[in-house]
Amino acid sequence: MSKRPSLKSVRLWLLGVGTPLVLLAVWWFASADSTDTFFPPLAEILDRFRALWLFDHFTSDVLVSLRNLALGYAIAGVAAVAVGFVTALSAPIRWAVDPVIHFLRGIPPVALVPIFISLMGFGLEMRITSIALAAFFPTFIATVDGLRAVDRGLLDVASVYRLSRGERVVSVLLPAAGPQIFSGLQVSLQTAFVVMIASEMLGPSQGIGAMTLLAQQSFMISDMWSGILLLGVIGFAANFLFDLVRRKVLAWYIGSRRLARAS
Amino acid sequence: MTSPHLATTPLEGSLGGEPQGQRPARLDVVHLAKSYGTGDGAKKVIEDLTFSVSAREIVCIVGPSGIGKTTLLKCLAGLQPTSGGRAAIDGREISGPPPEMALVFQDYSRSLMPWLTVRKNVVLPLRHLRLPKAELKARCDEALEAVGLAHAENQFPWQLSGGMQQRVAIARALAYRPEILIMDEPFASVDAQTRFDLEDLCLKIREGFGMTILVVTHDIDEAVYLADRVVVLGSKPARVLRIVDVELPSPRDQIGTRALPEFAAQRTDVLSLIKRPA
Repeated sequence: MSKRPSLKSVRLWLLGVGTPLVLLAVWWFASADSTDTFFPPLAEILDRFRALWLFDHFTSDVLVSLRNLALGYAIAGVAAVAVGFVTALSAPIRWAVDPVIHFLRGIPPVALVPIFISLMGFGLEMRITSIALAAFFPTFIATVDGLRAVDRGLLDVASVYRLSRGERVVSVLLPAAGPQIFSGLQVSLQTAFVVMIASEMLGPSQGIGAMTLLAQQSFMISDMWSGILLLGVIGFAANFLFDLVRRKVLAWYIGSRRLARAS
Repeated sequence: MTSPHLATTPLEGSLGGEPQGQRPARLDVVHLAKSYGTGDGAKKVIEDLTFSVSAREIVCIVGPSGIGKTTLLKCLAGLQPTSGGRAAIDGREISGPPPEMALVFQDYSRSLMPWLTVRKNVVLPLRHLRLPKAELKARCDEALEAVGLAHAENQFPWQLSGGMQQRVAIARALAYRPEILIMDEPFASVDAQTRFDLEDLCLKIREGFGMTILVVTHDIDEAVYLADRVVVLGSKPARVLRIVDVELPSPRDQIGTRALPEFAAQRTDVLSLIKRPA
C-alpha cells in the first residue's frame, strides 16, 4: 500500500534489469576473440547493427516492417473484437461461425502465408492480410469467451436500469470482457510478430525478416545476427508498450486482483 | 400467458389489505406462479402468491431462506417471465423491466461495475434519462450523502467493505428516483449500526420521495420495524401464509419503537407463523 517501494521490490527490480545486462556482458567477453564465422564477436554485431538498421535500412526496411505489423495488428484487433461481439451476442451467428472458426484456428498462422502469396502476390496487401488474419483468431476467441463469462448479476443491473444497447456494450460488456480481450490481444501481438517476419522471408522483398534472411544466405553472418538482435529489441519494445496500455486500461482489474490476493 | 384484457381488469380485493384499502394498489401480484423447466422435469419454485403493495406503502416479505424470494423479485422486476398468474404495476402487466422501478440486489459484489468509481456507478443508470448536468450532479451528491458515502465517491467498489458496497447500490437506486423500490435482503451484509441507519433511511425516502417500497428480508425485527404490512411466506413451493398488518405509531425510531410492547407482540406474531410446522 505504501508509496515507497520496499527493499524486496527494489531487489527484484534490480534482478530484472541486471540479468539481461549480465547476459550481454557474458556474450560480449565470451565472443570477443571469436574467429568462428557463425559466432562473430558481439562488438562486430553491434557495429553492423548501427550501420545497417539505424541508418541504411531504417526507412526502407525497419519502418516498412513496423508499419505492416502495426496495420495488420490494428485491423486484426478491431475486427476480432467487433466480430466477437456479434458472435457472442447472437445465437444463430454463433452456431454458424463456431465450426468455421475452430477449423481455421487449427491451421498454424504461418501456413496461411503461401495461400496469400498465390492470391495476392508478394505485395504489401499480402503481408498485411497475413498478419491481420493470423492475429485475428486469438483475440476473437478471447472476446467471445470473455463475453460469455460476463456475470449474470451485472447484466440484470443493466436490464433493471434499462440501459440502452449502446450503453450496455460500452459500459458493461466491453469492460467486463476487457481482461480476457487483453489476454487475447497479447497472444495476437506475438502471432502478428511471427507472421510479419515469415511473410518477409518469402519472395524478393523488403523488411527486417527479408534482410536477415538475405544476410544469412550471403554469409554476412554479423548482419544476420544484428537482424536477430533487432527483432528481439522490437519484440521487447512492443510487449513493453502493450503492457503500458494494459496497465492503464485495466487498472481497475489489476488493482482489484491485487487486493483480493492480499486479503 | 395471460390474455391482454386481464391487464385492465380491476383486482379482486387484495388479501389482508383492508387498512390500506383506501389507497390505490400500485403493485399487484395475483396467483403468481413460477417454475423452471417444462413438463415432468419442471421445478416449481412459487406455487401461488397473491399480495399487493399500495402507493407509498412499505411491505416486507419474510420467510425461510431458499423458498424463492429472489425468484419472486426477479419476476416483479421483469427479469424473468412468470409461469402463471400475473404481476402488474398500476394495472399494467409487467413484461420487462418497468421504467418506474429500481431493484437493489442481494449480492452487492455482482451488482456494482468494478471498473467504475462509486460516483460513476451511481451515474450509470441516469445517463439515458438525459437530465440537465446540474440535476445529475445534485441527485448523485444527494444519494451519496444519504448513504454516508460522499467521501468515497472516487474509490472503486472493490476498495470498499461489503456494507459500503451495498450502500453504493442503494445510492444508485435512490439517485434513479424510482417510484417503486424493491430490495432483496439489502442490509444482510452491513453492521448493526449501519443497518439501523439504512432502515431509517428507507423510512425517510418513503416520506421524502413518496416511494413505494418492497423489501425481502429474513430478519423479522427488521420487517416489523420497517413495514406497514408483512407478507409471511411459507415453503415449499412458496405460498403466502398470512399478511400481517403492522400497527405501530409513526414516525418510528430505532429505540422507542423497538421498545414498545406492541412491537414485541407483532414480532412474536410473525415469528410464530414462520416457526409453526407447515
